[in-house]
Amino acid sequence: MKLITDLLVAAIIYGTPLMFGTLGEILTEKSGNLNLGVEGIMFMGGAIGLGGVYYYEQAASAPSFAVALLIALLCAFLAGALASLIFSFLTTTLRTNQNVTGLALAIFGTGVGQFVGELMRLKAGGYVTVSNALKSAFTASPMPAFLQKIPVVGPILFGANWFFYIGVVLAVCMHLFLKKSRVGLYLRSVGESPATADAAGINVTRYKYLATIIGGGISAIGGMIYITTSAGCTWNNEGLSGEGWLAVALVIFCLWRPLSAIWGSVLFGALMILYVRLQVSFIPTELYKILPYVVTVIVLVITSLRNSKDKQPPEALGLAYFREDR
Amino acid sequence: MEHKVKTPLFHLAKRTGIAPSWAWLIRLSSILVALVIGSLAIAITGNQPIPAYRTLLEGALGNEAFRRQTVKMAVPLLGCALAIAPCFKMRFWNIGAEGQITAGALAATLMVRLFAAKLSALPLLLLMAIAAILGGGLWGLIPGFFKAKWNTNETLFTLMMNYIIIGVVAWLQAGPWEARQGRMAQFPANACLPKVLGVHCGWIIVLVLAVLIHVYMKYTKHGYEISVIGDSMRTAQYAGMNVGRIMMRTMFLSGAISGLVGFIVASGANNTLAKDIAGGVGFTSITVAWLSQLNAFAMILISLMLAILTKGASTLQTQMGVPAAISDIITGLLLFCMLGCEFFINFRIVFRGSRPEKGGKQG
Repeated sequence: MKLITDLLVAAIIYGTPLMFGTLGEILTEKSGNLNLGVEGIMFMGGAIGLGGVYYYEQAASAPSFAVALLIALLCAFLAGALASLIFSFLTTTLRTNQNVTGLALAIFGTGVGQFVGELMRLKAGGYVTVSNALKSAFTASPMPAFLQKIPVVGPILFGANWFFYIGVVLAVCMHLFLKKSRVGLYLRSVGESPATADAAGINVTRYKYLATIIGGGISAIGGMIYITTSAGCTWNNEGLSGEGWLAVALVIFCLWRPLSAIWGSVLFGALMILYVRLQVSFIPTELYKILPYVVTVIVLVITSLRNSKDKQPPEALGLAYFREDR
Repeated sequence: MEHKVKTPLFHLAKRTGIAPSWAWLIRLSSILVALVIGSLAIAITGNQPIPAYRTLLEGALGNEAFRRQTVKMAVPLLGCALAIAPCFKMRFWNIGAEGQITAGALAATLMVRLFAAKLSALPLLLLMAIAAILGGGLWGLIPGFFKAKWNTNETLFTLMMNYIIIGVVAWLQAGPWEARQGRMAQFPANACLPKVLGVHCGWIIVLVLAVLIHVYMKYTKHGYEISVIGDSMRTAQYAGMNVGRIMMRTMFLSGAISGLVGFIVASGANNTLAKDIAGGVGFTSITVAWLSQLNAFAMILISLMLAILTKGASTLQTQMGVPAAISDIITGLLLFCMLGCEFFINFRIVFRGSRPEKGGKQG
């Protein structure tokens, strides 16, 4: 029992960055934009978010956690929004190919993240990290202590860090937005059939831009969460690698549903760390790490086999829309 | 003016044709723009941009050893770009070159482990190349098969396949095939590609490949079928082409070439297998292919350009303390600008009140 509880707690910690990465990409893909730059976006969010917290703590005489949290969220969001603005401008306005532009963004963002991280390290003359008080505040739970002390359920449901609860609220909001609101319906129609949406008087360009920029910002927050929680507020050039691609995989695994991203990210988090907690002698640890990808491929194949209407990618995903084209 | 019509400040019109010299001027200026933006990043580190760029160029081309290194970096980029071209021409978004390289290298390494002691250099190298072609080809064929049969999204499928094969190599590297400290043994001498002019002969292989792919795409029935499918799937079906079979064939070919590149890198450059054998080449080469507009000869230039950047940036780091990640930033900027500039080649901006282009048709 202890093993399962520990596993779940760790899975939530490792899954939370993925949850944000995935939620952001779901929003982006709902508008029909396949932004493969999530890897780069998360790198930028991680480095710039950490930079924000680090320089805030250096400047403030009595740093407070609330301000640090806000700064981290804001810096990461802006970094991701800026990166996605480049993507939107190129794909929507300048009509470039989405796959190629996304990959270019992945290369660029990874470069920017590592550049910023390395530069901070050079300027500080050593490892860039924040005080222990802030570090533990980032990983601590906002829930009252007596709730966390409930056996078994307590640490799992009430022991997670701030970001997990923010993510759950975000997922629920995004679900309501997409399924229940008019604007959400419009957004989905842009992703399914931009020509139809355009004919109905929906401003396709505006929806694509906004969804991609906000989505990119959310994904970038995922990178920041990884750095401030799992990586212990220290920059490491390789720390985030693969996280963004895993988020792209998780979007498929969740079948583009924000609510599924909650348990999906915890599951992927569990798959990522399973080898640490659950050593099985005949399965080598390295093979555990490919499990999320294998599972995603299986989901991808099964959904295409079953071909049911509500479990498909947005119809126009990855396709550019030009009004003049027919 | 009887009624007021709101004319937008500018609108876009498709160009009917553009002089090639203008097109090249636009492309060159986009590179210039990228370098200017990149110099901001260099300036942040407290260095002067122009000397930094000079160091970068000298670091890539300054002497014989540097030039060899640069060519070594360009070889896999060019090879994979050539591999990707047929798929992209078909509008089949294969972003799995990274994994197909790894699969090819893995298959080649398997041959080394099985036959290195029994065979001399030439048969062994041939066997490795064939194994790599089959390995990479099969790794490409799997997503191709599912796309052809059930229309499974190929972009996402090929992406996932990358990490699966890289994970398998990571396992072999740290487990059954480990020699020491998480690394595999170096290949014996008979499993290494011979050198020609100081660089392993992979550069000759990819140059020959460039010609072959050019001919394949331009002058063969296969190439024609690929371009028809790329232009219109429906037309291809009407014409009686077996679209699924062509897709699988092309994916096998693409994976096979990437696999061969994997063999070249493992046998020629690294002399061993490691999980990061592809090292992002599979992704960068996609942009190389696209920027060259799938033209095999333009790919040679663009892959060399990106190789110069990467090699030069590592010198920049050691000499001026600019983080080597600057090469990724400048590469990214170059890609953004060069991708974006095609828009200005294909469209023109017509401002309110200006006359229509002479001889150009509206719309």
